[in-house]
Amino acid sequence: MSDDAKQSVVRCTLNGRPRRDFVPDNMLLVDFLRETVGLTGTKIGCDGGECGCCTVLIDGEPRHACLTLAAVCDGTEIETIESLDTGGRLAAIQRGFNEKLGAQCGFCTPGMVMAAEGLLRENPNPTDDDIRAGLAANICRCTGYVKILEAVHFAADELAGRSEEAAA
Amino acid sequence: MNEIKKDVKPAKVIGVPRPLIDGPEKVSGKALYTADFIPYDHMVGRIFRSPVAHANIVEVDTSKAEALKGVLGVVTGDDCDEGFGVLPIARYEYPLARERVRYRGEPVAAVAAVDVETAQKALDLIEFKYEELPSYFTSEEAMAPDAVSLHEHREGNIERDVDYDLGDVDGGFADADLVLEREYNCAEICQVQSEPHAAIAEYDAERDYMTVRASTQVPFYVHLMLAKTLKMDQSRIRMIKPHIGGGFGCRTECLNVELICALLARKAKGTVRLVVNREETFITHRGRPETDVKLKVGMKKDGTITAVDCQAIQRGGAYGGYGIVTILYAGSLINGIYQLDAVRYNGLRVLTNTPPPGAMRGHGTVDVRYGFEAILDELSVELGLDPIEVRRKNLLKEPYETLNEMFINSYGLPEALDIVERESGWKDKRGKPGKDGDGKYRGLGVGCAHYPCGASKPVNWTGEPHATVHLKLDWDASITVLTGAPEIGQGSSTMVAQCAAEVLGLDMTRFQVHSGDSKLVPKDNGAYSSRITYMVGNASIEAARNLKTILIEAAAKKLDAKPEDIECLGEVYRAASQDEGLTFEEVVMAALEGTGTITVKGNFDTLPESHGTRKFRGGAIGGSMAYAYAAEVVQVAVDPDTAEVEVEQVWVAQDVGRALNPLSVEGQIQGSVWMGMGQAFCEGTRFHNGLPITGNMLDYRVPSIVESPPIDTHIVESVDPNGPYGAKEAGETSLAAFIPAYTNAIADALGVRPIDLPVTPDRLMELIEAKETEERVAAAQDSSVAAE
Repeated sequence: MSDDAKQSVVRCTLNGRPRRDFVPDNMLLVDFLRETVGLTGTKIGCDGGECGCCTVLIDGEPRHACLTLAAVCDGTEIETIESLDTGGRLAAIQRGFNEKLGAQCGFCTPGMVMAAEGLLRENPNPTDDDIRAGLAANICRCTGYVKILEAVHFAADELAGRSEEAAA
Repeated sequence: MNEIKKDVKPAKVIGVPRPLIDGPEKVSGKALYTADFIPYDHMVGRIFRSPVAHANIVEVDTSKAEALKGVLGVVTGDDCDEGFGVLPIARYEYPLARERVRYRGEPVAAVAAVDVETAQKALDLIEFKYEELPSYFTSEEAMAPDAVSLHEHREGNIERDVDYDLGDVDGGFADADLVLEREYNCAEICQVQSEPHAAIAEYDAERDYMTVRASTQVPFYVHLMLAKTLKMDQSRIRMIKPHIGGGFGCRTECLNVELICALLARKAKGTVRLVVNREETFITHRGRPETDVKLKVGMKKDGTITAVDCQAIQRGGAYGGYGIVTILYAGSLINGIYQLDAVRYNGLRVLTNTPPPGAMRGHGTVDVRYGFEAILDELSVELGLDPIEVRRKNLLKEPYETLNEMFINSYGLPEALDIVERESGWKDKRGKPGKDGDGKYRGLGVGCAHYPCGASKPVNWTGEPHATVHLKLDWDASITVLTGAPEIGQGSSTMVAQCAAEVLGLDMTRFQVHSGDSKLVPKDNGAYSSRITYMVGNASIEAARNLKTILIEAAAKKLDAKPEDIECLGEVYRAASQDEGLTFEEVVMAALEGTGTITVKGNFDTLPESHGTRKFRGGAIGGSMAYAYAAEVVQVAVDPDTAEVEVEQVWVAQDVGRALNPLSVEGQIQGSVWMGMGQAFCEGTRFHNGLPITGNMLDYRVPSIVESPPIDTHIVESVDPNGPYGAKEAGETSLAAFIPAYTNAIADALGVRPIDLPVTPDRLMELIEAKETEERVAAAQDSSVAAE
């Protein structure tokens, strides 16, 4: 970062852990996550706000980490793709993307999964149209989105105990 | 001693839908892509790009940049005088321009610095002096008689002129009841794969050793080009392919990004990370060229095609790349889908001052296939025939040899047509003009396509097989598949393991796959032309058979039986049905005793008769061991006031020979259909004086989830005689079929026929208005006639 960039103190909770960092005022959240912290799960797929690969949850809301300055995240709770699987088990939404092949190359997947996670917390029973609206800012170039819709439904069903696994 | 279960059976792996072997890494964010390698001591690489489209280089003064504190290396065209390129006959591109720049954005110099800011400042200090030359942004301008040649060895800016005339074309047209001629302009398309290009090169100056990680579909081609351009011994270069964020052909040749990164690393004597942004990824290009397709097709009243005359002109950009192959494929693949007895083709690949295109998904065939299937629809309608019936009328009968000596041994197109006709309700819904209750016009259209399973002709003349797979069996009774086949998201690692697992009757959990490290895995040509399933899948089967022979011999020795009496049940080997047998672990111990860890290999080579013809120049391009087939029906709803088209539903049936992993096959088919949809309705590059004005994902818009339709996906299994378990390709065929199915559906809905791609609302509105004007004029003439 340039020598004369002003720095701010940012206290945030990142993936459940409290942090206190000095960050340059011009540093993007996505660069802070990837380069300062080393959480490379969050991807950069475009030159700003076009692809959704960098989607993270800030206070539970899906946000583009490439359009967010790290410095403004003081006092927030940030969740990235690395936070979802717990206790050695993938989260329902991750299982959905894995089982239903919602991920092919996987590069848009972290952002897509976080956007879907945000959607399901808001709306545990989304229709196809709800999912389309919730993932409208995330571009996938592999799947044609058919299996992404199935992946999100899979997760919703599983969370609601409607899945075959839950029934068994 | 392991307990043996009584009811043990060989595991069934082929034909069972399963998630990808590397799925969990991808959905958890643990998968590392090239840009995710961020070593503490790395330098940041940045590229200085040409601000003009065509100019002689007078001077590239980097002295001020070099003097800047924090700059550790600067390279220009002077640092590399070796050309690179995928085709041995067209290696005239340099990592950094020498003497001339030929497109706006072409790399001229590059810097390695301690951080982004310093690298950026250094770029600003580079002084680039040049003399501008006339620039040509269209094929027509570049072919003008007085145009300056972009390259001295390509006079008239023609990279390749292909001409052939097979069968009696003129006689065919004379026999036709109807002959139509149409010209289709198809916009240039970009892959827009999710991951922008990236490379990280570590140069060990102590040992003169280079390690490169790069986002590529062809790590071994990159390896070769690194050695050539760096003038380093191949053995001193290690090429690693991390996870790859899609390709679709933009990385099927070595790109300047990885070469520049390595040149910088050597110059700066350290590790350089070069991650180019989305705009630079667009400029690096290698997409589908803008193509003008001129078609003349003759048809009899019963729907029989009598003759085809096709001209394709591709705007080839500033360098060769795959260009010669693209223009040859465009002609070759007119054949092999229908029975055609007379075909004339002229293809022109033109050099222009635009970024070079490459081998995008559906390489070569897509734009010509679009035109062909569109004109077929128009001929059918004019002759009062059902477009699906017309296709049936022209089906070929396998085994079949095309005019250009392509051999068709499996052909699932008839069944694919039946399926989409039935599932779409074609007979009830098509050909019903008029407005629906919601004010929209609805229509159905059909399109077909095919695609080879890898090029049969060897690409390297070293005598190496088309594919080699190693299987390593170790004391832990696990099997490691070592393959150079690059997993880029298409599921190749899963496929290679599945093929081996099926032979051995073992569950997939016994397998892990390593792909794409030149120091560990056998050489592989890479992920392109849909070659991997067919070629690497077969190599994997052969390797597994070789391993099975060893295991059976070990079991026989241990059980004191003859090898031919040993029954392999996957987890159990036994001498007779009453015998308790040995567990897999016990057989492995027996096999490894005294010899240690075993590595076996399997190879695959294509049959010489599939290499294509030598009768005419370029005739061998298109020759493949097998071809996959697809039929699609698209239903559209058009708003007549805005000319906005909604794709309401797609029905697709693709013949994939045999679906090794039906889940993955469906995903590939759906992705192809959808990518064709983008090309049909919104995608296309635009330039202003050579400046790309669509170099971002808003101006170059790919469809979002909002406008993406349901895709009813059907798998047809024709079981190819030479495919691995009968399999053929799954990931490219269905793309091309969408586009004509879409425009044919619009024609069915509105009675106006879109010609140029993409079919934007503006273009469609013009057609609708022209038709309305025509109708009004006709009505006025009628009434004036009536008044007289």
